[in-house]
Amino acid sequence: MGVFQPSDEAQAAEIVAWAAAESQSLEIVAGASKRRLGRPPHADHRFDVSRLAGIVDYDPAELILTARAATPMVEIEAQLEARRQMLAFEPMDWRGLLGLENEPSGEPTLGGVLACNLGGPRRVRAGSARDYFLGFAAINGRGERWKAGGKVVKNVTGFDMCKLQAGAYGTLSVLTEVTLKVMPRPETAGTILLPSLSDEAAIAELSRALNTPFEVSAAAHLPAPAARRSGVAAVAQGHGAVTALRIEGPAPSVAFRADAIEKLFGRGARLDAAESGRLWREIGEARPLLGAGAACVWRLCPTSSLAPAVVSDLHEKFPLAEVFYDWGGGLIWLSLDAGEAGSDGGAARVRAAMTLAGGHSTLVVAPDAIRAAAPAFDPVEGALAALSKRVKTSFDPCGVFNPGRMQEGQ
Amino acid sequence: MIKMPLPDREVLARRLEIVAALRKIVPGEGVIEAEHERRAFECDGLTAYRQLPMVVVLPQTTAQIVEILRYCFVNKVKVVPRGAGTSLSGGALPLEDAVLLGLGKFKRILDIDIANRCVVVQPGVTNLGITHAVQTHGLYYAPDPSSQIACTIGGNVAENSGGVHCLKYGLTTNNVIGVEMVTMEGEVLRLGGKHFDASGYDLLGVMVGSEGLLGVVTEVTVRVLPTPPGARALMIGFDSVEGAGDCVAAVIAGGIVPGGMEIMDRLAVEAAEAFVHAGYPLDAEALLIVELDGCEAEVDHLVACVEAIAARHGATSCRASQSEAQRLLFWAGRKAAFPAVGRLSPDYYCMDGTIPRKKIGDVLRRMKQMEAQYGLRVANVFHAGDGNLHPLILYDANKPGELERAEEFGNDILRLCVEVGGVLTGEHGVGVEKRDLMTAMFDEIDLNQQQRLKCAFDESSLLNPGKVFPQLCRCAELGRMHVKAGQTRFPDLPRF
Repeated sequence: MGVFQPSDEAQAAEIVAWAAAESQSLEIVAGASKRRLGRPPHADHRFDVSRLAGIVDYDPAELILTARAATPMVEIEAQLEARRQMLAFEPMDWRGLLGLENEPSGEPTLGGVLACNLGGPRRVRAGSARDYFLGFAAINGRGERWKAGGKVVKNVTGFDMCKLQAGAYGTLSVLTEVTLKVMPRPETAGTILLPSLSDEAAIAELSRALNTPFEVSAAAHLPAPAARRSGVAAVAQGHGAVTALRIEGPAPSVAFRADAIEKLFGRGARLDAAESGRLWREIGEARPLLGAGAACVWRLCPTSSLAPAVVSDLHEKFPLAEVFYDWGGGLIWLSLDAGEAGSDGGAARVRAAMTLAGGHSTLVVAPDAIRAAAPAFDPVEGALAALSKRVKTSFDPCGVFNPGRMQEGQ
Repeated sequence: MIKMPLPDREVLARRLEIVAALRKIVPGEGVIEAEHERRAFECDGLTAYRQLPMVVVLPQTTAQIVEILRYCFVNKVKVVPRGAGTSLSGGALPLEDAVLLGLGKFKRILDIDIANRCVVVQPGVTNLGITHAVQTHGLYYAPDPSSQIACTIGGNVAENSGGVHCLKYGLTTNNVIGVEMVTMEGEVLRLGGKHFDASGYDLLGVMVGSEGLLGVVTEVTVRVLPTPPGARALMIGFDSVEGAGDCVAAVIAGGIVPGGMEIMDRLAVEAAEAFVHAGYPLDAEALLIVELDGCEAEVDHLVACVEAIAARHGATSCRASQSEAQRLLFWAGRKAAFPAVGRLSPDYYCMDGTIPRKKIGDVLRRMKQMEAQYGLRVANVFHAGDGNLHPLILYDANKPGELERAEEFGNDILRLCVEVGGVLTGEHGVGVEKRDLMTAMFDEIDLNQQQRLKCAFDESSLLNPGKVFPQLCRCAELGRMHVKAGQTRFPDLPRF
């Protein structure tokens, strides 16, 4: 096992061409902060692209940012913040969740965020990483440097390859340079907390709130145990479940909409911009479940309205399980202790519960033995599996990149 | 003129046999064979290109589509899918030796799910039909291509259609969350659904905007959004298009993302004003329309912000709508810009490049020079927020050589868009129209990679061939790996 650390794109392409010719496989890493996400790849070598870093072009008035793929998120976010802009999909730092906080892992990078297609609480309104991914340069599994998309916000020239690379966990190509659409940062934000709702009532209220024209930009429900673990005093000290609605925008508009929401949903505690920021960072990073002694953490994406039924089914199967909801119910975070999770991390029972609601489930955190045995992502079957394999082969015919990261052979 | 692939004589010879086989699958009037009836399908919105299809089939069920595609796959017959036929890039242009597969009978709305803010529809439902289905619940479907009365959601998925509101609300791809599709081999696949994201590769993401080359969409799930409670428009005059462009940049840099921002140049303003009498300033070189939507407190606040920005950027006039009727009047001219320009000239050719907005001055100057060079006039309307240009080249198809000159002019404009850092098409698609310009934007490796993806979906290259790619896919050849073990220069590379 070697570690290759190319200093530029040309060298990176050469390494891939060599690997393809010699039937060697490569595990792609930069910051390695998401290395524990997905299936553990079994690659012959480590392909460290962290030197392919740096912002290439940032033009706030065009809403365009182009950066080399391994640019650390902290650098991107600092630049955006200086111009009062943001990545609207609210990418989250999962080092805490993945147990890397006390380990010398690197910084999350833009390429990693895109490759895993992660979106935070604003995803319910603003879409995911894939929705802001405009263009890229990459190296395919033949060692060829290729590009797709563009550096403008509106483009339909050719197939939308950005969507495919987003969420492919580096199994199709190595991204070397990426262009994103950025958005203005809201002038201010506030969060309204509704106390003590049951899960069913909370998800119904979140749906009702998201259906109002008051542009709720995040909608979560923390059952009592999760709420108690919050670092935000007003949430933790509510002595029960907390349902949270975020409003963002210009100050007069936020004030108006917060009042309008309270008229419809009753008066609750309000969080100012700073507290609101803290709460939604916690929610995005799944912190309300950390410290629950969880062995396994699942991320479930059901049809939103069916989330409480899924959870009630899960509670029958796993009486000790803890959950909270984001995206108006469209995201359930679930933690299981080692005893209940069993040898497959609970995969069979979790996936059975999810058949109620469509959608999909991801095993995000688990001990190494379980990660090696249980499929982290839902198994893909039938014609779709065959097509997915052909898609993989069309980019990476020799299976050089991240073998087995998503599925067996993919 | 772009050349389409030569028809396969052997398939043409089997025409009656193919018609008979299709009749077995789709009984009654669903198979159209008579020449005068096929004539209705000979072109889409790119009317300069016409081709009588070999046969037209209008199935009513997914099962029929499965059988049609299976038959065509087994018998090596090409298929061209078609929605409402409003494509401006020739995406649904028939082929002489292909079955034209019309989705016009798939008109049902299958599920209106208010709690999850989504609607499941068949592909032949019109874009506006979706909004009509949910508007009593205070919801709407955001992407609004200008053909939205007629164009269908299936076509929108194929083209990844945009509209005037997509800077804020995204294109089709950002608002479609699931499809059912049939592959050329007749396999039914479901991608996405009512939930967020999906497991595995984002095949839904690549289906949207694939211009009918990857599969036939038989059902679409879209996200619908709460209708903004109000909107106001500003009509702002400038003494140059660059001035209007600078104002747009300042609005965005000021943290405002308006629902829509449109620029029209003098010729477009004059044509629109003469047509609809919207009260546009005829002394301005450029007119900027900015629409702010949201709750009243926000809209009024942002209108004041934009007024102040406009004043600082040399606006020669600025009016904000004071009523809904006035807002609609401000838009009436812009919405009628194409037919209005159509009154200036027997024919016009609508282009669709996107540029970095800051290049608008350069691009318009170069276009002026080209007008002299080609002896043709251009009116410009411009989705200014996202840099999507719609130059309308005025010509007269009855004058010999003028269509060809207009096409060459259009090609030069698109090459210019790419040269300044933009792209060939912002929302109309590549289709036939821009097919041979793809090499201006992509090199051979890029196009080969795109074609390999096409081969993963349709290895026999039977689905909508002759579109998007300047060369037909050669799947077997593209799939080969040309590497020789042991001969790469690898040993010099650093190892750690």
